[in-house]
This record gives sequence, C-alpha cells and structure tokens, in this order.
Amino acid sequence: MNNTQESANAREYKNTRTRAHDKIKILPQALEVMQKDGIESFPNECCGFLYGSETDVRQIELAVPVVNSKEGDQRRRFEISPLAYMKAERFAIENNTTLLGVYHTHPQHPAIASEHDLAKAMPYFSYVILSVIDAKVDDVKSWRLYDDKRAFYEETVELENFS
Amino acid sequence: MAQIIIPTPLRKFTNNESTFTTKGATVKEAIADLTTTHNGLAKHILDDQNNIRTFIRIYVGDDDINTLEKDATAISDSTVVSIIPAIAGGC
Ligand SMILES: [Zn+2]
Repeated sequence: MNNTQESANAREYKNTRTRAHDKIKILPQALEVMQKDGIESFPNECCGFLYGSETDVRQIELAVPVVNSKEGDQRRRFEISPLAYMKAERFAIENNTTLLGVYHTHPQHPAIASEHDLAKAMPYFSYVILSVIDAKVDDVKSWRLYDDKRAFYEETVELENFS
Repeated sequence: MAQIIIPTPLRKFTNNESTFTTKGATVKEAIADLTTTHNGLAKHILDDQNNIRTFIRIYVGDDDINTLEKDATAISDSTVVSIIPAIAGGC
C-alpha cells in the first residue's frame, strides 16, 4: 500500500469513527407539528422536544412544542426553561420513549446551525432546525455534535411527505 | 433511596441507565455517589472545584436547588433529583 492510499484509509476510518450515526428519519406526524409551530410562531423562533427510538437509524416519532422562554426579542433566540426540560425527561421515562433532541426555527435565516446553537449544544442530541421564510417552512436540517470535538456535523434527514 | 434522573445526553456514561439510585442524604452526597460510580460523568456535571457547573441545573422534585439550600438540600427516599442541561440557541 502506498502512502497516499494509507492516509486515505486513515481519513476514512476517522470519518466512520466520528460519524457513526449520521442519519435521522423524521416521521410525518412529528414534522407536521414542527411546521405548524414554526409558521404560527413566525416571525419569532419556536422550539420543542423530539422523542423517538434508535436502532440502526435514529427515528423521530413525536415532536412536542414548548414555550420559548427567552426574555426579550425572540426573532433570533430561543431558550427552554429547566422545568420544561425536567418534565420532558420525565415524559420520556413514563412513556417508554427517548428524548433524542430539540427542534427550533430560524425565521428568515437558513437552516444552518449558528454559533449560538453550538455554544449550548449537548452531545448526543439531534438539533433539528427549520428555516421559515415569509411564514413558510423552506428547509429542514439536523445537526449533531461530534463525540470528540466541539463542532456540528450535518445529519442526513429523511422525510416523507415534505411539501 | 432517592432517584436521580440522568439526562439522555449523559447516559452514555451510565451504561444507558436513565435513573440512578442513591443513598445520599443531600444533593451533594447524591451527586458525589453518582459521579464516583460513573466517573465519566464528573467533568460534565462538576467544575474543577467540585461545584455544579453553571450550565447544569439540579432540581429536587419540581424545585431548583438554587431556590432551596443549594447542594446542601436534603433528599429522602421518595425524592426525584433531575440533572438538567441548559438548552438555548438562535440564528
Ligand atoms: Zn439556531
């Protein structure tokens, strides 16, 4: 094996190691809730919890809106209260599901995770972002922290019936 | 014995267990018990001075321990302790 091949293999290994999970399937009922919340909250940001299961593929089965508790201008910021978070984890245990992430909207902005998102991101969670342009959902992307560094990678979002 | 609910992002440090049972009589003892049993958790919950990190909230029942007696808050057998990460962002 020559050096070029060797380093390509090393890179490949690193990619598969740090990005073992990179696909997220969002079921239609969950997507619908997020879209509705995003449109109704426009021009403010909205947010909520995502629940589901994880076997080979992470699957979001339920989206539950929560109050954006950010004080002041909510057009470019969201915050979820600790009490709401506590209840979300309890809900997951009581309903035998898993809290897999959080969604929020980017009104008049692309669905790209921002530095504000990165600053507070937790490992393991999927951060689903909906871009809402002129009160219409324009794009859906999902982001997740690498296991070994403080940066996001984009998960491949699988949707059914996205219109 | 009191129960601690582990938030999903930290469950990889508890062998995927969602709850932890502790004999600790205060929040401080309970957290110490948890982080010595699952020591990968310590750096995510505690700072270098062994204080609870500023972006982590601890609730006893429905109350933030900052409104009670901080980590000296007493817990009993029926208490549920929650470890809560800050969730926020923007665009
Ligand atoms: Zn954002």
